[in-house]
Amino acid sequence: MQNKILGRVYVLGEDIDTDQIIPAAHLVYSLEDPDERKKYGEYALSGVPAALAGLPNGNMPFIEKGKSHSEFSIIIAAKNFGCGSSREHAPAALEIAGVKAVITPSYARIFYRNAVDGGFLIPAESEKSLVDYFKTGDQAELDFINKNVTNTRTGESFSVKELGQVSQIIEAGGIFEYARISGMLQENTHA
Amino acid sequence: MPMTITEKILAEHAGITGVSPGENIWVDTDILMTHDVCGPPTIGIFKQQFGEKASVFDPEKVVIIPDHYIFTNDKHANRNIDILRDFVKEHNLPNYYDVGTERYKGVCHIALAEEGWTRPGNVLFGTDSHTCTAGAFGQFATGIGNTDAAFILGTGKLWVKVPETMQFIIDGEIPPYVMAKDIILQIIGDIGVDGASYRTMEFAGSGVEAMSMEERMTLCNMVIEAGGKNGIIAADATTEEYVKARTDAPYKIFRNDADAKFHTTNYYKAEDLLPMVAQPHSPDNKASVRDVQSEKVTRAYIGSCTGGKFSDFVAAAEILKDQQVAVETFIVPATTEIDKLLRTTQINGHSLMQIFENAGAQIGKPSCAACLGGPADTFGRTHKDEICISTTNRNFPGRMGSKSSQVYLASPYTVAASALTGKITDPQEFLN
Ligand code: SF4
Repeated sequence: MQNKILGRVYVLGEDIDTDQIIPAAHLVYSLEDPDERKKYGEYALSGVPAALAGLPNGNMPFIEKGKSHSEFSIIIAAKNFGCGSSREHAPAALEIAGVKAVITPSYARIFYRNAVDGGFLIPAESEKSLVDYFKTGDQAELDFINKNVTNTRTGESFSVKELGQVSQIIEAGGIFEYARISGMLQENTHA
Repeated sequence: MPMTITEKILAEHAGITGVSPGENIWVDTDILMTHDVCGPPTIGIFKQQFGEKASVFDPEKVVIIPDHYIFTNDKHANRNIDILRDFVKEHNLPNYYDVGTERYKGVCHIALAEEGWTRPGNVLFGTDSHTCTAGAFGQFATGIGNTDAAFILGTGKLWVKVPETMQFIIDGEIPPYVMAKDIILQIIGDIGVDGASYRTMEFAGSGVEAMSMEERMTLCNMVIEAGGKNGIIAADATTEEYVKARTDAPYKIFRNDADAKFHTTNYYKAEDLLPMVAQPHSPDNKASVRDVQSEKVTRAYIGSCTGGKFSDFVAAAEILKDQQVAVETFIVPATTEIDKLLRTTQINGHSLMQIFENAGAQIGKPSCAACLGGPADTFGRTHKDEICISTTNRNFPGRMGSKSSQVYLASPYTVAASALTGKITDPQEFLN
């Protein structure tokens, strides 16, 4: 795991559910097929109503039309990010679109678990909602050593919480890697 | 140490004498369920991680129920069913409910109950967030992602953080026009869509004890809409009767210790409960039907794991019989078993199906259908700015298809009554 993540920020409101992250109609594509997989990037966050897409102004598409990779690699959102369904396609879609970390005061449980166990992205928790302190397009530096995130435009820093007990799984890169390192799974179970 | 039902089930499945909330433990899986949307990626991860030739942890414990995208011409959706079929064949899995066969069931959470997979004291993991429905049977049941499911498929184990339990006690006699759906909408409205995050929601009290299994399932189904990890209701004679009629498999009934610790205990007086709706676009955007009763709707939908069970249709039929709907109305039985019952059960010489057809409703085939939008040709899916009142469980933007449609969540009684008038209507107007 890197100690720092630097990237452009995409800002969203509260209760961003899995249907907004990846609308159900797109769940038919294969996550293994390299071409079909790109569709998840293309449709990532396409369920967010236009007015709320990219705060504070809205109407900022997360992905340019026809692309599957976003210029934004850090999402800053208000509480309860990832609520709704158990679809792992949600953190997967964000990863495929190029998201490295999400920063929010709280996550829905299954999204958090999926992000960690699948090693898709880092679910960082801020002490308070940072939605009012970042604008979509700002650059943020997320620092895991100093446990803070800085808005490089304003210079303001905000604390993020310790990753806690799951940090070992995050460090390992997911539940399978963690189970191998800790001896629960034999090395040779890997294909 | 004193424990709650959920703590006891988890401790037993971790092979330890006691657990406390917040602890991370590895538990053994009794049943792993997956479906057509999350099954194929789970299989992909399983093969990638354990190898093409690896065997599953226990073929008897793997239950595969295709239900989401069944009656569609979408070629990718249909390919996903083929992936399930191939995997089942390769691994000789006995518990597969294949599309297009006698065994096809429909919505997984209701199928699990009908087929005897919801057993008190067991641990059920499912690749669907509404797996929590099975908590109605005193089972620990929770939704997981594909990676976790693939891990279980190979090892039979998963790490779980022991949740704190929030108790919801509903005491007294529930009014005849109030359904479990109204109660859970009230509770979610009170605590919010993240009000039970990471926690267990336990339902108890004389009002719950008097409920049928189907009504108890409605309560537990929607704990995920409050962020809950699982729902739980202590198993009793009603539970045992339902389970024994469907399986000979062993089960074990756990109860809360007298001095078990709860995060909070919330009391509801049954007599005070009212028909409720969740307004667009969030399940916690509650209002009593009384307060929003003039609001216009353009569509009604009765179906899903929340509101497409047999008793949900009996309730709807009570209101729709000998009447005509004023807006387009969609009826989708959750399972093939319910579909059969709707054809064979009669009220005053008419089957429930006839009652719905005579009222002008359109009838779909057992599956998830428009509950989650789905491919463009999905039965009942929204495509423009419909205002739908629905017995389903989610009304986030775009959940039923179109981002510009609006969804009100309500009980089968309220949805049926509103279908007759084209505006949100208190079912008491149509119930004697
Ligand atoms: S009926 Fe709806 S909520 Fe239930 S499993 Fe199907 S899609 Fe999910």
